[in-house]
Amino acid sequence: MMIQHALIEARDLHKYYHIKTGLFQPNQSLQALSGASFDLYAGQTLAVVGESGCGKSTLARLLTLIEQPTAGQLTLDGIDLATANKKEVARQLRKTVQMVFQDPFGSLNPRQKVGDILQEPLLINTNLNSGERREQVLAMMRRVGLRDEHIHRYPHMFSGGQRQRIAIARALILKPKVVVLDEPVSALDVSIQAQVLNLLIELQQELGLAYVFISHDLSVVRHIADQVLVMYLGKPVEQGPSQVVFDSPQHPYTQALLSATPQANTNRNRQRIKLTGELPSPLDPPSGCSFHPRCQNAMPQCKTTAPVMTQNGDLSVACLLIN
Amino acid sequence: MALLEITNLTVEFATAHGSLKAVDQVSLSLDAGDIVAIVGESGSGKSVAMLALMGLLPWTATITADQMNFDGKDLLTLNDKQRRAIIGKDISMIFQEPMTSLNPCFSVEYQISEVLAQHFGGNRSSHKGKVIELLTKVGIPAPETRLKAYPHQLSGGMSQRVMIAMMIACEPKLLIADEPTTALDVTIQAQILELLIELQKANGMALVLITHDMAVVAETADRVVVQYAGQQVEQRSVAELFDNPRHPYTQALLNALPEYAKEKTLNAIPGVVPGQLDRPVGCLFNPRCELAQDLCRQQPPQKTQGVLCHYPLPLKVHASSQLEVS
Repeated sequence: MMIQHALIEARDLHKYYHIKTGLFQPNQSLQALSGASFDLYAGQTLAVVGESGCGKSTLARLLTLIEQPTAGQLTLDGIDLATANKKEVARQLRKTVQMVFQDPFGSLNPRQKVGDILQEPLLINTNLNSGERREQVLAMMRRVGLRDEHIHRYPHMFSGGQRQRIAIARALILKPKVVVLDEPVSALDVSIQAQVLNLLIELQQELGLAYVFISHDLSVVRHIADQVLVMYLGKPVEQGPSQVVFDSPQHPYTQALLSATPQANTNRNRQRIKLTGELPSPLDPPSGCSFHPRCQNAMPQCKTTAPVMTQNGDLSVACLLIN
Repeated sequence: MALLEITNLTVEFATAHGSLKAVDQVSLSLDAGDIVAIVGESGSGKSVAMLALMGLLPWTATITADQMNFDGKDLLTLNDKQRRAIIGKDISMIFQEPMTSLNPCFSVEYQISEVLAQHFGGNRSSHKGKVIELLTKVGIPAPETRLKAYPHQLSGGMSQRVMIAMMIACEPKLLIADEPTTALDVTIQAQILELLIELQKANGMALVLITHDMAVVAETADRVVVQYAGQQVEQRSVAELFDNPRHPYTQALLNALPEYAKEKTLNAIPGVVPGQLDRPVGCLFNPRCELAQDLCRQQPPQKTQGVLCHYPLPLKVHASSQLEVS
């Protein structure tokens, strides 16, 4: 059997933004993402979890080539982005990596009909004639559970779940290999959420897609993910196979996150790890380990030494307590 | 006597396509210190029922009820002035998006002291001490420094705490929380829910929690009302409902949760909540119900033992015997 190469190889990705703080003040640098590394193979799902402001969406923007990483190496489908001819490669890779956004009410143009929304990627990226485009659009619509007559309707005529189906169809119409899903079900009701998740799972099995699944809902992540990457304030803190991360998390932040997630059973004797306070400002991150002000196991050296990701069993963990 | 007693509340909206029944014969009875959750998908009339109680619906809404009593007063016959004396004082409501429910033009202190000045008299500045006390109570660190903060300077969790401070300023007897944590991260969600329960216990107030998150219900509420397309389909205690749901819709909602999935494919409920123009004949849930039979497609069901269904799911034997023992 041929050894499969990874669709995404990310090594130590960094993204800094420069923020203007005032007319006569120097620009501040904001570390939105520092040091994310992972491999993603066809048919696999990598879930990225963490609170808002932890760099999940920045990672998505880097993977979809919306922005360039400040430092680090990103290889998509065997092409190293740093060395390649940017414009040419970017055009090619946009077909390989597609994205589904969180809010299906905001991500579809209200003035375009469904047919036009779905045709647009084909119009820009392929040389198909209008008949062929229409054929592909109809086939994709059927695939995601929309009916043929929907092609002439506008987005406002659809419910949230159906709109998310349109967004998924738009992402898949160029036959990408990687789909970045940014909170694809968090705006939907439970029953509809299940429908959309089922569709995503089916499509993955059928087309061998690789998913980068960004979410803060851990029960959904547990269900869909193969690999999990937990981030805090732009830094990965724990990474490994989903099963292991959920069954025996090692980083105190992952433990707290899991314990804060409500569970659908009525046994209330569960001991909760309380996370006090809120996420610190990324403009002024705490010294040492950025989680130490909220960590219940914080030690004196956590204030001064920043932990690095270290392999520990099946998991990579960045915590001084463990390393 | 119950603190809140609603029987057969119906809310109809006049729309361009005729009248729309958003809430259909809803009944709710609450005592001081109760925590009741109302769950259902969007469009099931959860919020509208509570907005009707608050008198916050637009003029297109027609509210009818056999009874709507709060603390011995009949809310149906109150005039606007009398109603305003109760709303915000004895009954208050927290809304879903803290960012949009606070006024961006005024400081935290202004907005909280406004409530106090409105209901207790005096000018706003005379309530400064009370405002600081409230902010401390809801767990805002260094409240003195936050008094002059504007909503855009606060995070989502902080804004929701300010909202809660404002709503408990008059020590309400009934607090309605409409999806109070949906827009927040899980860690902040846990903090806010804990705060609400703490305040509820300390003040002995009744809490109505509107949510679509079954897990939140399981962890916080005593009693659950399941609503579907404006109707109450099941009303039970939390333990019973999760252990032994009687209405097929409740069962389906629980089965759709990823936690309950036994395999990779989730048990989704097909279709969507019916809208105004595609209301089915008979039981409103029948087109999406696995167990629907001919009778369900012809006749609307009657409520039996708190369950609105022609063929409620059987009571578990072991569950009932356990309940008798305990």
